[in-house]
Amino acid sequence: MIADPILRVEALSASIDGQQVVEKVDFEVPATGVTAVLGRNGVGKTSTLKAVLGLISRSGVVEFDGVRIDGERTHRVVQRGIGYVPEDREVFASLTVAENLRLAARGGAPHRDMVDELFPDLVARTAQRAGSLSGGQQQMLSLARVLMNDNRLLLVDEPTKGLAPRIVTEVAAALERAAAVTPVLLVEQNLPVVRRLAHTVVVIEGGRVIHAGPAAELLDDDERTQQLLGVHSTDHSAPRGDTDHSAPRGDTDHSAPRGADNTREETS
Amino acid sequence: MTMIRRLRTSRLTPWVTGGLLVVVVAVLPLLDISLPGVLPGSTYTPGTLQLLAFAMVFAALALSYHLLFGVAGLLSFGHALYFALGAYGLGIVLRDTELALVPAMAVVLMAAIAIAAALGALSLRVSGIAFAMVTLAFAQAGSVLVRRNPSVTNGEEGLPLRVDNIPAELVGVLNTRNVYWLALALLVVVFLIVAWFERSRAGHVVAATRENELRVRVLGMTPFRVKLITVVLAGGLAALVGMVYLLLQSGVTPAVMTADFTLTLLVIVVLGGVGSRWGAVVGGVLYTLLDQRLTALARSEAIQDLPEFLRIPLSEPLFILGTLFILVVVLLPGGLAGVARRSLARADTARARAGRNLDEEARP
Amino acid sequence: MSTVLLLLITGLGLGALYFLVASGLSLIYGLMGVLNFAHGSFLTLGAFLGWEVARRMEDGSWLTFGVSILVGAVVGATVATLTELLLIRPLYLRHIEQVLVTVGLSLATVALFEGIWGVDPIYVVGPEWLNDTTDIAGALIPNDRFVLIAAALIVLLGLVVFLKRTRYGLIIRAGVENRAMVTALGVDVRRAFTLVFAIGGAAAGIGGVLASHYFGYVSPLIGGSLLIFAFIVTVIGGLGSLTGAAIASVVVAVLQQFANFYLGGTGDFMVVALLAVVLLVKPTGLLGSKA
Ligand SMILES: Nc1ncnc2c1ncn2[C@@H]1O[C@H](COP(=O)(O)OP(=O)(O)OP(=O)(O)O)[C@@H](O)[C@H]1O
Ligand SMILES: [Mg+2]
Repeated sequence: MIADPILRVEALSASIDGQQVVEKVDFEVPATGVTAVLGRNGVGKTSTLKAVLGLISRSGVVEFDGVRIDGERTHRVVQRGIGYVPEDREVFASLTVAENLRLAARGGAPHRDMVDELFPDLVARTAQRAGSLSGGQQQMLSLARVLMNDNRLLLVDEPTKGLAPRIVTEVAAALERAAAVTPVLLVEQNLPVVRRLAHTVVVIEGGRVIHAGPAAELLDDDERTQQLLGVHSTDHSAPRGDTDHSAPRGDTDHSAPRGADNTREETS
Repeated sequence: MTMIRRLRTSRLTPWVTGGLLVVVVAVLPLLDISLPGVLPGSTYTPGTLQLLAFAMVFAALALSYHLLFGVAGLLSFGHALYFALGAYGLGIVLRDTELALVPAMAVVLMAAIAIAAALGALSLRVSGIAFAMVTLAFAQAGSVLVRRNPSVTNGEEGLPLRVDNIPAELVGVLNTRNVYWLALALLVVVFLIVAWFERSRAGHVVAATRENELRVRVLGMTPFRVKLITVVLAGGLAALVGMVYLLLQSGVTPAVMTADFTLTLLVIVVLGGVGSRWGAVVGGVLYTLLDQRLTALARSEAIQDLPEFLRIPLSEPLFILGTLFILVVVLLPGGLAGVARRSLARADTARARAGRNLDEEARP
Repeated sequence: MSTVLLLLITGLGLGALYFLVASGLSLIYGLMGVLNFAHGSFLTLGAFLGWEVARRMEDGSWLTFGVSILVGAVVGATVATLTELLLIRPLYLRHIEQVLVTVGLSLATVALFEGIWGVDPIYVVGPEWLNDTTDIAGALIPNDRFVLIAAALIVLLGLVVFLKRTRYGLIIRAGVENRAMVTALGVDVRRAFTLVFAIGGAAAGIGGVLASHYFGYVSPLIGGSLLIFAFIVTVIGGLGSLTGAAIASVVVAVLQQFANFYLGGTGDFMVVALLAVVLLVKPTGLLGSKA
């Protein structure tokens, strides 16, 4: 089995306006690398992240680094070192780039330099209102808000949604760099990006976990991927390293050794 | 014992109980019952009948507000406007025309419905808190209109009821019990209409908009239309209640137009339990009796002899009611209806447990 | 011409009062989603206690006037803070219940004020200069208007500086836009809640003392009547927008003055008519994003 996970979720349920959107989800996030959460649209991926953070009402066990956090309010959870990059960026449109960053800075934002280096576009636009940034720039700002702090886990929700291929590459590179030091729980629809970044995948369907295991194993099994996600793992229209130069670099290891054979099937 | 239990579990039970209650209330004026401390005199005396009729009028008004707040989830601060429209409208029509009572009421009802439709369509362009503010503004405009046009409304003095064209049976202290029965009939009619609406398709849809507007839209129905229907129905019923109020009071003053008056309705509905028809009725009756008793209490010697820091708050009925209201909101979610539901449920589980224990004992 | 000027400046003075009430309402709503019905009571209490202190000091001096304004601000801020901590906070995110609690509070406090100070107006005395007039281009403008306008400008300026330059200001601006995301960045937004209540209460308390000089008296109903116009102002300006509240305050009050003078005392109606027009044309208000 894996060493102590950084995040352990057990029988986590959550509801929005009295409607159950996450149902008794169990999964673990290893203390290193990227764990991807996959699933069709509307199955409860975003809601699962929000439930972990306490942004929606929830029940069940959430254990972060061995400590139960399911009774804590969101800001306390975040202060423990969980960075959240929400779906659709959610930058503060009426605030400037600098103000967005100032608001998010914790503990003196020790990695500010790295962020400036990763996203030079933002440095040039510190006084611009975030609402007038392009979609890609907003995503960078949303990432920068989190990456500049010391975190022990990142929750990142569809960071490549609606972005041009070149920006997808940049975002993926930034995440890869962050993941080298901090474990990441990543919701992502772009399978090449998943293939490039993730070690482990968790597949959700109807608010429940229906598959968990090594990333490569699932993505190499086209039939299984098709069955679980409704898409082919080798979709040729998606940017691939060998056919499209704008694709994420470094996915040469997609035939990487299959993970240990600890595929857990939790179909119920 | 078993019969009682069967009665309690039947779907018809509330209706049977309600029917019995109506009969009991209807015969009260023929009986001689005194409840010192609760009623000012015996049940056949005009003073008591007047108070009880008031309570029923308030209960009916609370039911119309329950449609807005309890069913549709619309927080209105302007519902008093329609009540006042009914009272003032009927008062003015009876004074300035020679129409008989029933046609006059029909005319006023039509006008109230038209105004409710127009103002409702406007204010429903916003939702939630903004809706509350906007309805308050409209009601305020109505209040200003009444105060500023004394030639029509008699201003602060209030509008007296001209009795020339109304049936003699409804006029005078000696006929108080007829007006009492009228108020009872009004309450029953309003209750039935509200119950019917809640069961209708529109009622279900508007209740669904309260929970989740999105889902309703997905189902292909426009939340706006069903909300407007609710606003118009609630406004029309409030106007009807206002008309009976005019007959009961033999007049109307601008006090029924103030924001405080709507807030009183809100207090009643919340006190009784938001979303519960019976809660609204009980809340309306309780509020009227409480208000009357507290006013009497404020003037009593027991209070007047207290030291100042106790005497001042306790001699203000609205202070006590306001405080009570806050306590109910904070400590008793669901109001009186919630308390009743919880204790019934507790009794049921207790009985179920007792029953099971008996079974277990019987087994060996 | 001089009439127009007089109406305009009087309108500005009244608008200043509306703004002192509406600014707090709008900030509180924008950040917390709470409609504070008790806001009028903060104002009334500020006015009464300001008067209570003033009457124990030298009549008609500027010091007395200044102290009573200060007392109004402190009283407003204190009761607002207590309201937030004791009544609003326990009902966190239950917006309807929060409104209901403030409704109960406003009913209870107005009754209490009536018990303590009676229902009749109590006349207040200010510095002599306030009752004089100043001749501006032929228009004789009552001086209290200038004090009102100056006070509102100072409060507006203070609020803008606070919102733009301080960390809490940053949190409040961000929170008005997206409260959940502020907490998701590790910021405890609830402390900002108490703060906006305190600030709104202080502005209302100042407004209360100034209103008592503008109208010439205090009464338990003074807050409630201003509150209704402040509601209209916040809806027209756009819920949650401070600038919107400032603009709408002036527009509403000036319209009211002109309509009262030229259209036979129809000021209140024109204001409600304006509200109806805004709802038809732009339900989110002049500068608001949420309806
Ligand atoms: N505010 C809300 N009100 C009602 N239902 C909601 C709300 N937010 C989400 N839901 C429902 O919860 C379910 C899960 O939503 P969620 O956003 O978690 O899905 P997701 O897996 O992230 O989808 P996507 O891939 O499209 O981002 C969906 O059916 C959605 O309709
Ligand atoms: Mg999602």
